[in-house]
Amino acid sequence: MIPEIGHFALVLALCVSFVQAVVPLWGSLTGRASWVALAAPSAQLQAFLVAISYAVLTWSFIISDFSVLYVANTSNTELPMIYRISGVWGAHEGSLLLWALILSGWTLAVSLFSRGIPSVMLARVLSVMAMISVGFLLFVLITSNPFERLFPVPVEGQDLNPLLQDFGLAVHPPMLYMGYVGFAVAFSFAIAALIGGRLDMAWARWMRPWTALAWAFLTVGIALGSWWAYYELGWGGWWFWDPVENASLMPWLVGTALMHSLAASEKRGVFKAWTVLLAVFAFSLSLLGTFLVRSGVLTSVHAFASDPERGVFILGFLVATIGCSLLLYAWRAPRLMRSGSFSAVSRESGLLLNNVLLVVFCATVLLGTLYPLALDALNMGKLSVGPPYFNTVLIPLGVPLAIAMGIGSLVRWKQDKLSRIAKGLALAAVASLLAGAVVPWLMGGYFWGAVLGSALGTWVILTTCQALIERFKNKGLSVASAKQVPSSFYGMCLAHVGIGVLIIGITLTSHYSVEKDLRMAPGEVFDVSGYRFEFVGVTEEEGPNYDAFVGLVKVTSGGKQVAELYSEKRRYRVQTMPMTEAAIDPGLFRDLYVALGEEIGSDGAWAVRIYYKPFVRWIWLGCLMMGAGGILTVLDRRYKLASRRELRAQAVQPQQVTA
Amino acid sequence: MHPKRKKRLMLVTLMVAAVGVAVALLLNAFQQNMLFFFAPAQVVAGEAPEGHPFRIGGMVVVGTVERGDSLKVKFTLTDGGGSVPVEYEGILPDLFREGQGIVARGTLDADGLFTADEVLAKHDENYMPPEVADALKKAGKMPYGAETVVNQ
Repeated sequence: MIPEIGHFALVLALCVSFVQAVVPLWGSLTGRASWVALAAPSAQLQAFLVAISYAVLTWSFIISDFSVLYVANTSNTELPMIYRISGVWGAHEGSLLLWALILSGWTLAVSLFSRGIPSVMLARVLSVMAMISVGFLLFVLITSNPFERLFPVPVEGQDLNPLLQDFGLAVHPPMLYMGYVGFAVAFSFAIAALIGGRLDMAWARWMRPWTALAWAFLTVGIALGSWWAYYELGWGGWWFWDPVENASLMPWLVGTALMHSLAASEKRGVFKAWTVLLAVFAFSLSLLGTFLVRSGVLTSVHAFASDPERGVFILGFLVATIGCSLLLYAWRAPRLMRSGSFSAVSRESGLLLNNVLLVVFCATVLLGTLYPLALDALNMGKLSVGPPYFNTVLIPLGVPLAIAMGIGSLVRWKQDKLSRIAKGLALAAVASLLAGAVVPWLMGGYFWGAVLGSALGTWVILTTCQALIERFKNKGLSVASAKQVPSSFYGMCLAHVGIGVLIIGITLTSHYSVEKDLRMAPGEVFDVSGYRFEFVGVTEEEGPNYDAFVGLVKVTSGGKQVAELYSEKRRYRVQTMPMTEAAIDPGLFRDLYVALGEEIGSDGAWAVRIYYKPFVRWIWLGCLMMGAGGILTVLDRRYKLASRRELRAQAVQPQQVTA
Repeated sequence: MHPKRKKRLMLVTLMVAAVGVAVALLLNAFQQNMLFFFAPAQVVAGEAPEGHPFRIGGMVVVGTVERGDSLKVKFTLTDGGGSVPVEYEGILPDLFREGQGIVARGTLDADGLFTADEVLAKHDENYMPPEVADALKKAGKMPYGAETVVNQ
């Protein structure tokens, strides 16, 4: 009975979101204030209903109700509680429900925290979000109902995929979805502005904190995925240019471009039409990503073809979203384009360059991801595009991007002279070149990539610091003046330093990692980069829902013990799937990584994977800094103050309910 | 020409040039890094290139996995229509087993031996990489029951 309540709540939510999609929008176009006023309450009701539905599914997991097909397929009575809760989004149906839940959560947030936005605008935003919600709830209900029953009821469930029984992967999808779906808010603001024909600086200001928040979530979500792949997949890679990863990278790239063009739209009123376009693309790519990954299109075009219902729905929804938005754009945008002027040396130019490079890179990734799929779908052969493709393109695009980033955050809006900042830039350039010369020497080997990477990373960090110093130049360094600087500026600095840290991390890890696959008998040792790895032996142990071989490797450095690394080879009882659990001794400057292969021969020898990974943590540290930078931007005073001011202005002027 | 317009024209020209270079680089990189997939039957029929990397996928034939006292492994891949010997040095992925579908990347030598530098066993619940499933289907050797799961 309880699962039916969840199903019923979902159907009700669909009805409510249908009303929310039509009535407030229609009211805003025809001037009916009471219809417009329906937007917020219906958004809240919808969020409540979806939350009930989601809670019911979670409950079915907790009590192991195997009469629900989805639970029977993805859970088991031996599954620890935390993975029962995260198991809800462990497969297709539940993860779509999570998507819907997060969408209604964002809608709820917009309805609650946007008091400063004129009610007509807000109504349109919420209506557009409800349209997306209608599409998604229909998708869930028609093709992927998580509440489908199973008779006869099995005694035991098939268990969650062991790969997903891990903390990193428990939190990775919700984070990623928060980012994906968060772009729905930016998208809705853009579409609402197109509908209303109002594309001004206030609009950019309303949209910006939501975009920054979504972007921060997406950044952290991607980083979590990378971190998970690093420690869980057992071969120590942190990025594979796998289609699934690319699917999350593409919206990030366009989202990053969007953040920057929004900054220009907000401060200077330029690039507005372009910003709208980016918002449309960021969300479309998020949709593409979700659907590609979750529908199995990416792993196999044939799986796609074999479930025509889902496939057709997906394609239809994507085409409708992109098509309608672009049509609306083509119809409205020419009326709205009224760009301010700026000279070649100005922050606007820098942001433009940033946008061009990011979008080109995104197009590159899109080509590399979709081309093999298209070819396969047309039965023209199977191919895949290797990582070297992406790496080759990344470098010529990334280098000018990093250089421009340093200059761009120093030059002023509208017009500036390079001579004003030349001295500081020259200093930073010299220091960066020095870093490019010294760091590879310290790491013990020259590669042109390492020289370039460490110089660029240093350049980004130094020029960002310089921009920070510039801010304080006339004010003097004090708590009061530090408070005067808007927190979005600190956010920008933190995010840019994060990029610098990321560049250094990627560079040093890729060039100076030592990776060895060895056959080791108990007592054998292996030396790498000043560390001595001693293989002690393997014992057998028992976990809650698995059995494991546990291998112990002792690491010493200069006779002193550094770490005892227990890596595991698990065999999960239900799915009888072997899993490698790597053992890692993490550090800010290096990770020591040991993974167990298989037993070789009869003298207790095992295949052992030993990695020395310098600066690998900097990759995720940089991403975390970027995420924190995004959060700082959201917290900026002006988004709150401005809304209060507008609220007052709104209270004075009688409300206009016209298109 | 108005100096402002001239400046703008310069900017646009520069950007078009930059995008042009980027596209050229991109297409070049793209072409060089395309990895084709061949089923063992195609390899046996001589459709796969010698000395140029490609991907091969099939089932690991039961009883063919040979492992000495080192990390070197030899096994045979089949799709029912033909079989290809494969050599690999290193640690095999968790899901590698006899009778399972895998995908390997590497090069073929003149004697028909495929030297793999990467072996992948897809991480999903059906143990069946889609390319392998497809190759098996074509050869009519799909094991019972697997067909239904592949579509999940």
